[in-house]
Amino acid sequence: MTVTSAPARGGISGIRRQPGHGDAPRARRRRWLPFSPWHLVLIPATLVLLFPFVWLLITSLETPAEALRFPPVLDPHVIRFANYSDALASAPFVRFFINSAVVAVLTVLSNLVLCSLAGYAFARFRFLGRTALFAVLMATLMVPFQVTMIPQFIITKWLGVHVLAAAGIDHLGALILPNCATAFGIFFLRQFFKTLPLEYEESARVDGANRLTVMIRIVLPLATPALATLAALTFIDSWNNFLWPLIAITSTDQMTLPLGLATFQGAHSTEWTLLMAGNVMSLAPMLAVFFLAQRYFIRSVAATGLAGT
Amino acid sequence: MRRAVASDHFAGWAFVTPGVVIILLFGAVPIVWSAVMSFQRNNLLSPSTPFVGLANYKQMVHDPIVAQAIQHTLIYTALFVPGTMVVGLFLAVAMNRKIRFISFYRTAAYATMAISTISEAIVFIWLFDPSYGVVNYFFSLVGIPQQQFLNSPSEALYVIVAMTIWGWTGFSVVIYLAALQGIPQTLLEAASIDGAGPWRTFRRITLPLLSPASLFLAVWLTINALQLFDEVYLSTQGGPLNATTVLVYYLYNQAFQQFNFGYASAIAYFLFLVIIVVTVIQFRVGKRFTYYRS
Repeated sequence: MTVTSAPARGGISGIRRQPGHGDAPRARRRRWLPFSPWHLVLIPATLVLLFPFVWLLITSLETPAEALRFPPVLDPHVIRFANYSDALASAPFVRFFINSAVVAVLTVLSNLVLCSLAGYAFARFRFLGRTALFAVLMATLMVPFQVTMIPQFIITKWLGVHVLAAAGIDHLGALILPNCATAFGIFFLRQFFKTLPLEYEESARVDGANRLTVMIRIVLPLATPALATLAALTFIDSWNNFLWPLIAITSTDQMTLPLGLATFQGAHSTEWTLLMAGNVMSLAPMLAVFFLAQRYFIRSVAATGLAGT
Repeated sequence: MRRAVASDHFAGWAFVTPGVVIILLFGAVPIVWSAVMSFQRNNLLSPSTPFVGLANYKQMVHDPIVAQAIQHTLIYTALFVPGTMVVGLFLAVAMNRKIRFISFYRTAAYATMAISTISEAIVFIWLFDPSYGVVNYFFSLVGIPQQQFLNSPSEALYVIVAMTIWGWTGFSVVIYLAALQGIPQTLLEAASIDGAGPWRTFRRITLPLLSPASLFLAVWLTINALQLFDEVYLSTQGGPLNATTVLVYYLYNQAFQQFNFGYASAIAYFLFLVIIVVTVIQFRVGKRFTYYRS
């Protein structure tokens, strides 16, 4: 069995692994194919995984008449880019995108700041009520969103009427404020801060730096991987969140991409070419970000798994 | 010394207050509030919210749709969780080797992670469209009669299982690949020197070493499966004939379409209870089969 370990780069430069290392039994077996037999598994699997994306793209470029034909037209005769402009004309996808981006970026930034502060205090300071407070935070972590969503709706509505209109129901702020710090983020960063060596912080303290300076100058630079992981996870969560925006937002101009797309689907449920064009525009930005930062996203997701094990 | 401790109190509270206030306001307070609401009649139509004891919970016991929703939620979970784990494990094992195009194969699996539940649902409604869908076309090629899929009460839930397994493939592949890459080469070598074939090595060495990852995935996927909502909302709205009404969909329906906040809160707490019970059982059972190195 050839087990790939992440940093290993063998095989690329044409240097074969020495026999007897790793896959001794396989090396002895006669090769009955000019390529690894695993391709025979992976090629069909990849086709199945990619087919929905491909079909989405094909439909988004078909004429409405060709989309509504059975058996389906697998290779459209006319490439119709007008589906995209039609979709843009019937729903403000650019607006949805901007709203999603604003919500996601502000949520990520505020989480990084607030969770770092709280996580650092929980990791390092001994203050009255620390244990009790931390226990309460951990308890909220276990409760599913469905339990809290009704009071959260009422509180958000109240805040919008009595305190700050921009954070009320049907405003983008309603999507940011309740998520601008999370118990998960605080817990995650606290665990990471606890693994850092104390010496640097202590010597900086002796040199007269205050708590905040120590955190910003010494701790946070050491915690970059954890912060990047938290940023990636928060970004995905915020970008894909659907249930809370569905409850909190009703005006089209305040909608994020998933909610806007769902509303668009409700209005054009049988205009498949239009729907698919809208869908491509909705998922393209996230797909692009994902490919550009694939390493970070994969590492972040793997980190949650490894932390859980 | 004492001054240092005093400054710790101040700094501690100063650092945690902003984040903690948010979490208390939008996390902790609502937990208590919805517990209280579940004992009240609260339907926004009447201004008063009198306490009605266990009436909401009693109503739930006698509500036939709740019984159906529980059944659908459990069937869905029982299919989705093992399905996703098997697909993820299979692909991760297949992808855990240095062969040509491997990064392309992996990226194809990872890409499913980047797509939102809404985008995923829209694509799958189209793939499984009864009249023009490409899946029915593939079926016709191999002689399977045309299916109604999401329009059929007996099939709709399974289509939702299929679309969500696809959507979670990337996640489970990442988790299993990470765990596979943590298995020391020496153990596998030792097994093969002792004469174990690839299948035996997999069964006796690899699979036990993957058990912590499997437990994590089982718990994580189950928690998400019990909270299924987005795909149902988008594709079937709980229909046809309530065939895909799952707990969270019914809860949403009661809360934000019927505005029965009291009743919906009771359903929410019931869901919470189900999640806790299932998770505890999984950890209990899982502990027996989980092998931790170190």
